[in-house]
Amino acid sequence: MTRRLAAAAATVAVTAFARVVTGVRPNWVGALPDPAPRVYFANHASHGDFVLIWTVLPPAIRRRTRPVAGADYWLKDRLRRFLGIDVFDAVLIERDRAARAADPIGRMTDALDAGSSLILFPEGTRNMTEAPLLPFKSGLYHLAAARPEVDLVPVYIENLNRVMPKGALVPVPLLCTVTFGAPMRLRAGEPKPAFLARAEASLLALAPRGAPRTASPSTPAETR
Amino acid sequence: MTDPTLPLFAGIGAVLMVASLIGAILARRAGDTPSPAIENLNARIKAWWVMVAAIGIAFLAGKAGVILLFAFASFAALREFLTLTDTRRADHLALSLMIFVVLPVQYYLIWIEWYGLYSIFVPVWVFLLLPIVVAVRGDVRDFMERVAEMQWGLMICVFCLSHVPALLTLDIPGYDGRELLLIAFLVIVVQISDVLQYVWGKLFGRRKVAPSLSPSKTWEGLVGGVASAVAIGTALWWITPFSPLEAAFMALVITLMGFFGGLVMSAIKRDRGVKDWGRMIEGHGGMLDRLDSVVFAAPIFFHLVRYGS
Repeated sequence: MTRRLAAAAATVAVTAFARVVTGVRPNWVGALPDPAPRVYFANHASHGDFVLIWTVLPPAIRRRTRPVAGADYWLKDRLRRFLGIDVFDAVLIERDRAARAADPIGRMTDALDAGSSLILFPEGTRNMTEAPLLPFKSGLYHLAAARPEVDLVPVYIENLNRVMPKGALVPVPLLCTVTFGAPMRLRAGEPKPAFLARAEASLLALAPRGAPRTASPSTPAETR
Repeated sequence: MTDPTLPLFAGIGAVLMVASLIGAILARRAGDTPSPAIENLNARIKAWWVMVAAIGIAFLAGKAGVILLFAFASFAALREFLTLTDTRRADHLALSLMIFVVLPVQYYLIWIEWYGLYSIFVPVWVFLLLPIVVAVRGDVRDFMERVAEMQWGLMICVFCLSHVPALLTLDIPGYDGRELLLIAFLVIVVQISDVLQYVWGKLFGRRKVAPSLSPSKTWEGLVGGVASAVAIGTALWWITPFSPLEAAFMALVITLMGFFGGLVMSAIKRDRGVKDWGRMIEGHGGMLDRLDSVVFAAPIFFHLVRYGS
């Protein structure tokens, strides 16, 4: 009981903190909030990424939306266990292929079958490079193959890596946006590389200013 | 003479009441399918109520209230500005210092009324120290662009905007204790000019002033808006230390600086491919969308008043 109350209080604190520091706003461009089980797949550059997605989801949907996260990270100490299990209700998967007992895809489909939505980072790890996106791991494909009727919603998180880059002590309160794109599914007979390329493209298309400006010296001015 | 603050705010309240009434009538006449223009108009009017209330509360709290209000506005504006810049990981310390040190120090200097330092703190001290902080991190890629964008952000959002509360530090003979009204004059003239340019432009706008910068700014809107805003500014001479003629001149300078400030800030938005600076103020966009004209008018107004006193 007290643990559940503490978890509820922590939810309020975490989402309020995320809002104050990042002024985060949702941008539902391709999809609207929907309580049906979905897979939100997003770019991953910061530990706070899924907190931002979680914060902008309507509370009723947030309660049944579970991040998929590495068990090694979230079971390390008591605080992380409390946050990971009681607050975020994460679907914990073992990343070490050799040592793992349970099949990660099975964990995820179990959660979907139970009516939850998932937040997934198909890059597999935090992106510390200059590139906007790392190549996707195959987990998203296997999940889509196991549950082809579930909508996969691309979610682009902008700026959080600038708010709190790796090794920084203080967050810089820049504004973050979370953009939800059009849902996609695995097409019949679609091969894995084609599907993953399509998923990467649909996520990149949501980057508000496209590729980093350093790649192209000037962005053409758009006219209304 | 009695304090004109109360009648002034009553007048603003009356104007907003009329605006709300017109908005409600337009929405009713549109029935179930209000056009986006009417919805935007009503969102803007609602936001005006909030902004006027915020300024009213700040005025009640006096100098401290006004300084806190504009320090917050600077913070909101600066984060919008920096969000659109291309900083790199190596700039993190510089960005933190800008927000958590430079901004509070600038407003503290205004609080203690140290003109000799607050008028040069950003353009001299920070101008020289900031690139040092960035350079020692050793990341030279786009160095000049990164530093220049940070400097611009500080000048626009912190230095220039802080000249609004800095009006309280001016010593104007025979105007003691009424400096808040100088702020009211500046803000009313700038904002009413923005509103009237928009209204005149919507009603009669034909020829665009700067099609590549801002499609909504027209010659008809500019001339009509500036002329009527100057008329209103002149009619407000009784809350200022100016004669009616001086008030007209000040209003003209303020509205023109405000107009060109809007153009400059539009150019930045165009370059970055965005329509608004943010989404903080419903119907208006971001804090900077509302303050772009104030930012350009405030320091010029400040110094013109200062030369004359």
